[in-house]
Amino acid sequence: MSHYISNTEQDRAAMLKAVGVAEVAELFEVVPQEVRFPNVELPKLLSEPELLRELRRMSNLNANAQSHSIFLGAGAYNHFVPAAVDALLRRAEYYTAYTPYQPEISQGTLQVIFEYQTLMCGLTGMDVANASHYDGATALAEAAGMALNSTRNKRTILVTPTVHPQYRQVLRTYMQGLGVRITGDENVAASLDDVLGQIDDGTAAVIVQTPDFLGQLHDLKPIADKIHAAGGLLIASVDPIALGLFQAPGAAGADIVVGEGQPLGIPLSYGGPYLGIFACKEQYVRRMPGRVAGATTDLDGQVGYVLTLQTREQHIRREKATSNICTNQGLMMLASTVYTCLMGKTGLRTVAELCYHRAHYAAAEIAKLPGFELLTPAPFFKEFAVRTPKPVAELNQLLDTRGIVGGYDLKQDYPHLGNAMLIAVTELNSKADIDAFVAALAESSR
Amino acid sequence: MNNYEPPIFELSGPGKIGANLPRLDVPQAELPQALLRDDGLPGIPELTETEVTRHFTRISQRNFCIDTGMYPLGSCTMKYNPKVHEEAARLPGFAFAHPMQPEAQSQGALELMYGLQNYLAELSGFDQVSLQPAAGAQGEFTGVLVFRAYHLDRGDTERNEILVPDSAHGTNPATAAMVGMKVVEVKSGPRGNCSIEDLKAKLGPHTAGLMLTNPNTLGLFEQNIQEIARLVHEAGGLMYGDGANFNAILGIVKPRDVGFDFMHYNLHKTFTTPHGGGGPGSGAVGCTKELAPYMPAPVADKDGDRYYFRTPEKSIGRVKSFWGNFGMLVRAWAYIRTLGAAGLKEVSDNAVLNANYIRVRLQHVYPVAYDRTCMHEVVLKGQLKEAPQARTLDIAKRLIDYGFHPPTVYFPISVPEALMIEPTETESKRNLDAFCDAMLKIAQEAAEDINILKNAPTTAPVRRLDEVGAARKPILTYDRARFRELRGEHEHATPDDQLTVPSY
Repeated sequence: MSHYISNTEQDRAAMLKAVGVAEVAELFEVVPQEVRFPNVELPKLLSEPELLRELRRMSNLNANAQSHSIFLGAGAYNHFVPAAVDALLRRAEYYTAYTPYQPEISQGTLQVIFEYQTLMCGLTGMDVANASHYDGATALAEAAGMALNSTRNKRTILVTPTVHPQYRQVLRTYMQGLGVRITGDENVAASLDDVLGQIDDGTAAVIVQTPDFLGQLHDLKPIADKIHAAGGLLIASVDPIALGLFQAPGAAGADIVVGEGQPLGIPLSYGGPYLGIFACKEQYVRRMPGRVAGATTDLDGQVGYVLTLQTREQHIRREKATSNICTNQGLMMLASTVYTCLMGKTGLRTVAELCYHRAHYAAAEIAKLPGFELLTPAPFFKEFAVRTPKPVAELNQLLDTRGIVGGYDLKQDYPHLGNAMLIAVTELNSKADIDAFVAALAESSR
Repeated sequence: MNNYEPPIFELSGPGKIGANLPRLDVPQAELPQALLRDDGLPGIPELTETEVTRHFTRISQRNFCIDTGMYPLGSCTMKYNPKVHEEAARLPGFAFAHPMQPEAQSQGALELMYGLQNYLAELSGFDQVSLQPAAGAQGEFTGVLVFRAYHLDRGDTERNEILVPDSAHGTNPATAAMVGMKVVEVKSGPRGNCSIEDLKAKLGPHTAGLMLTNPNTLGLFEQNIQEIARLVHEAGGLMYGDGANFNAILGIVKPRDVGFDFMHYNLHKTFTTPHGGGGPGSGAVGCTKELAPYMPAPVADKDGDRYYFRTPEKSIGRVKSFWGNFGMLVRAWAYIRTLGAAGLKEVSDNAVLNANYIRVRLQHVYPVAYDRTCMHEVVLKGQLKEAPQARTLDIAKRLIDYGFHPPTVYFPISVPEALMIEPTETESKRNLDAFCDAMLKIAQEAAEDINILKNAPTTAPVRRLDEVGAARKPILTYDRARFRELRGEHEHATPDDQLTVPSY
């Protein structure tokens, strides 16, 4: 028996006797005999040292933020995570608990959810937030679903082409069975004004990302005014790090705010687990998908927390629920809660400023290189696109040899830009890193 | 140790910071004044690292968790989470790899994913696995989308009904509705299985598929599974396997062999990636070669020595960004390689033996929903002959005082006063006996003085909470005035000033 199974042979014998069978196999007689106990072929098992050696071998084959200097973003960002975040995440009280079904012995998790909801409302300027979605893309797709349920007889979702390409794909996956028209991004070169010009009485929502996929910041206020005039909702997809410095979407009139929470204290982890931020105006709270914690009191009048407004959810409403979501990203929500509290007002603003100034320094330096041209119009935040003199894949191969993970190749998603690289700069890219990157770009494009 | 800990917002002090950040080392660029926020980030607290660490440590101690005790939450498979998995997922090439870096720089991650796809396929008998879905519910969503795409691709345009047994998880019907399908409920028969008669009556030209959990949520194996699959297939439908209860049948039976076309695996249940207080999960999916072209994009594949991502030719598309909850995949890979085929079969052997042991120790006091051999979980009823006034909720709350996490309660909804107990294989006989002794003691207490149960728990950080009030007047974010009001509404409220001064 493995080191995870605590019963001895004597224990098992006593239990079998109590159950009234001679051997465990008898318990499975209900399984059709011809398919019972099939041959299963798996590689030979590994001891713990062998296991770690094999995992380290695979780990070492991946470029990563410890082996490379990273200038890649495109929806996942290499931000600083204070050591205290992971130290708290590794408390078994958090990571080996489950959804707080029994509130009396889950006050830790419930209080974290409650504090997280408050923090996300503070950051986004919205009234209510849920306990999280799987990631930014699924939060966006569920926001579209909620907008459709909240606006009568409107069956069109307008999405701008500078919303993350993968998010637009997920949106289409989620909507494919519902008879919804998703439009606005057919021409990826279309401007924001072109797309907003398509708003009509049938538009349930317009989805805008700021900073957008190419890094540009947008003023949401005029967009909100336009869609509200037509009776639809504004869904804003945001980078929470930008919110330390820039316009709160709630104040600008957004109805639903979603975003990828990964930048808030969650490691890159090759794409997951991440965190879907979801916040909305109070009037929509009973249509909101996902778990929500609320404050209340116990029999002694002590303040405590419970999951609440559960009549929206699948375990009660079944096919009439607002979503099928149950498990969310609890531990990642904890990470972002701890991160946001460690940063506080000053830290959030400082991180955003560092990103902004370093990104602008990098953009200015790269734009000086022959054959490079800045493509993202001002204002931008921590990410920008540049035209490159050579195909991006080629440049990235050369950058790899200098210990640099280069930017995202925009060729697939935005072919009209030609050879173009999307570059992300964070507070972890020092001036020296940037200078080395610029020098390597100059060298590689010669 | 269970002291009240105020909301973190009440511990805030102006100008404090809990992080040591890099300094600005480049010239300042001009900021776009019109887009700057000027609200001072309301609601964001200011604390030092010391204070933040202490706050979250203190509230963590108000949680019950697997590492502190038995957590027999039915259908959730709360087994021990190995520590080495946490080391594995934090190796730098896994924890700090960027999802968009080129495949050539990600060969280790792709190799691991390709390996895990194959292991999961081997355990279930399926031909293709995708690791993309983030949770079981998203795996279900993926499956129903695949069914829809398969039927439409064959020109079979009228199949808009998903059959779901009455014992199913709420996610099954909710999922079908998200795909735009009509939900048709199938009743349970006298032995707790899907009623063949009712199934026959509900199958027809509109049937897209049947979603079935096997073993089902009553902890029972559907012994007619092959006939059910035959009937569904004859009607032109497909068989969806909800793998929530896969922990019972590792090496016992492959879902493909009994007629399933598609299933999801809950890596956070069967393959022990931590539940994290409610996620992250991971809902990998597997299917037959007929359905493989519709799988979500992308899947990991291999060409010679090179690993790469491939989009199946008729893919339903992406169900999330990037490649799945990769950190969870590392842990599941480690678990499978630690136990191997024989070790995984031992998992199911012991999980099923443990559940049956609880059944025989308790069923003479707590009526069993169906009197037969169960799989990895047993469903009892909190209907005590000697104490008819006791409710399942009371029994569950009293278990807390005995140091156990309560079982899943009031589910499945087809069983009145249900107590759904899943001990998992990692609990010892000693723990099972202690749990059963507590259950029997509670039955005795209920007969002697029901108030012992009604007042429970008394040893938890808080007593029973006012859930009705919480829903009627929702307080979903911290607000100083509302918290005062909350505390002041009650006779024994603690003075506010005492609460705002931390007691450490």
